[in-house]
Amino acid sequence: MSDIPSDLHYASTHEWVRPEGDGIFTVGISAHAQELLGDMVFVELPDVGSEVNAGDDVAVAESVKAASDVYTPLTGEVIAVNEELEDSPELVNADPYGDGWLFKIKAEDPDEVGDLLDAEGYENAIDEE
Amino acid sequence: MTNQTVLHAEHLKAGAKMVDFHGWEMPINYGSQIEEHHAVRKDAGMFDVSHMTIVDVKGQQAQAYLRYLLANDVAKLQDKGKALYSGMLNDSAGVIDDLIVYYFDQTDYRLVVNSATREKDMDWLNAQAEGFDVSINERPEFAMIAVQGPNAKVKAQSLFSAAQKEAVEGMKVFYGVQAEDLFIATTGYTGEAGYEIIVPSDKAPELWQQLLAAGVAPCGLGARDTLRLEAGMNLYGLDMDETISPLAANMGWTISWEPSDRDFVGRKVLEQQKIDGTDKLVGLVMTDKGVLRSGQKVAIGGLGGDHAQGVITSGTFSPTLGHSIAMARVPANVGETVEVEMRKKWVTVNVVKPSFVRNGKKVF
Repeated sequence: MSDIPSDLHYASTHEWVRPEGDGIFTVGISAHAQELLGDMVFVELPDVGSEVNAGDDVAVAESVKAASDVYTPLTGEVIAVNEELEDSPELVNADPYGDGWLFKIKAEDPDEVGDLLDAEGYENAIDEE
Repeated sequence: MTNQTVLHAEHLKAGAKMVDFHGWEMPINYGSQIEEHHAVRKDAGMFDVSHMTIVDVKGQQAQAYLRYLLANDVAKLQDKGKALYSGMLNDSAGVIDDLIVYYFDQTDYRLVVNSATREKDMDWLNAQAEGFDVSINERPEFAMIAVQGPNAKVKAQSLFSAAQKEAVEGMKVFYGVQAEDLFIATTGYTGEAGYEIIVPSDKAPELWQQLLAAGVAPCGLGARDTLRLEAGMNLYGLDMDETISPLAANMGWTISWEPSDRDFVGRKVLEQQKIDGTDKLVGLVMTDKGVLRSGQKVAIGGLGGDHAQGVITSGTFSPTLGHSIAMARVPANVGETVEVEMRKKWVTVNVVKPSFVRNGKKVF
């Protein structure tokens, strides 16, 4: 069973969200998602400053196996992206909840995070796949 | 029903992620497919290829039978142990399978064919044998381990007996020799030096463990695919199949046209195709971000989306080169670039000969 930290929020499309305070949230893909994809070779990230709506495909995680869209779980402005991934996409495999984060978003409505799954809900969603 | 090789328990011990591969439960990787790829390019890696089918062809007319069965000509084989790569064609000159044939003498040959095509291959081998004095015997009692990489031979030899070391001493590329209980061949599917070792099933786990102890990294089907594609080697079912001529699959070099009076299955159709012309298989190189994938449409001559005339047969990220490579089947008048439809956009990529990496080095 993949690691699913209990302090994060999840989308059924396998993104995780970590509240950083002040309405800012860090987004990445789950350990389960990176396992399914295998070794990451490219990660395309959104432009800093872009306005995104929850559910938009904003990034692409491309592995040896497949290219997979990454959807933003929240609406708001992208305020930072993980530039380390440009040269080291394998960070997504090695540390999906840490150094392998994708982008940070300033949420329009921080309460939107309440619509996402908790760890248990995400685990159930994976089990049903 | 899913088949398992005798090395199944060894794969699990090594932390393999197992997948279904045409009815066989096989390791896709043991953690990181890219690290396994680099192990083969820089040091030594091993693959369980026990799922492949070993077939011994013996009898007074074994040579005559194989000269009729295969597009390449086994009469070229004169040295004991010498191997030959060939397509086995149907009457329409489509590729039923690609295989390696080892020559021992004119009444004694060994074929190694693909696993996914095992049943139809055996049916075809038996059907074509009618009227020939030959016996065709599958050898499921053997396992097979491919040890590949610049240090593969030295590491494998460290486990060989004195007699086995002597048997492989000075053995050139594309030969095989039976040495005590091992059949050791200088063949492979990675573009690196190494051995493919056929071993009695009950001794395979021990050999695997010894190789592991000698510092040979276990590698899965994922790395096997990126390695063979870098080496420009075809994968049956993707780069060619029963509907594809060897002339359209970069296998023209495996067809022996001479002597012109040798009749072989598919010859007449092939001769006509040679006159009429066929598509061809080329290599594609894309140094921008993104990965070329099998099934993507290819347009030649800058005609764009409405004029897709080719297709990517195999595509991947090349761990050695750090960018994407592919093989594509396209019209023969292809130029120096083509356009590939990737994620709804047309991208221009370069055309090269379908060979990318040999012995660790870029070759295009």
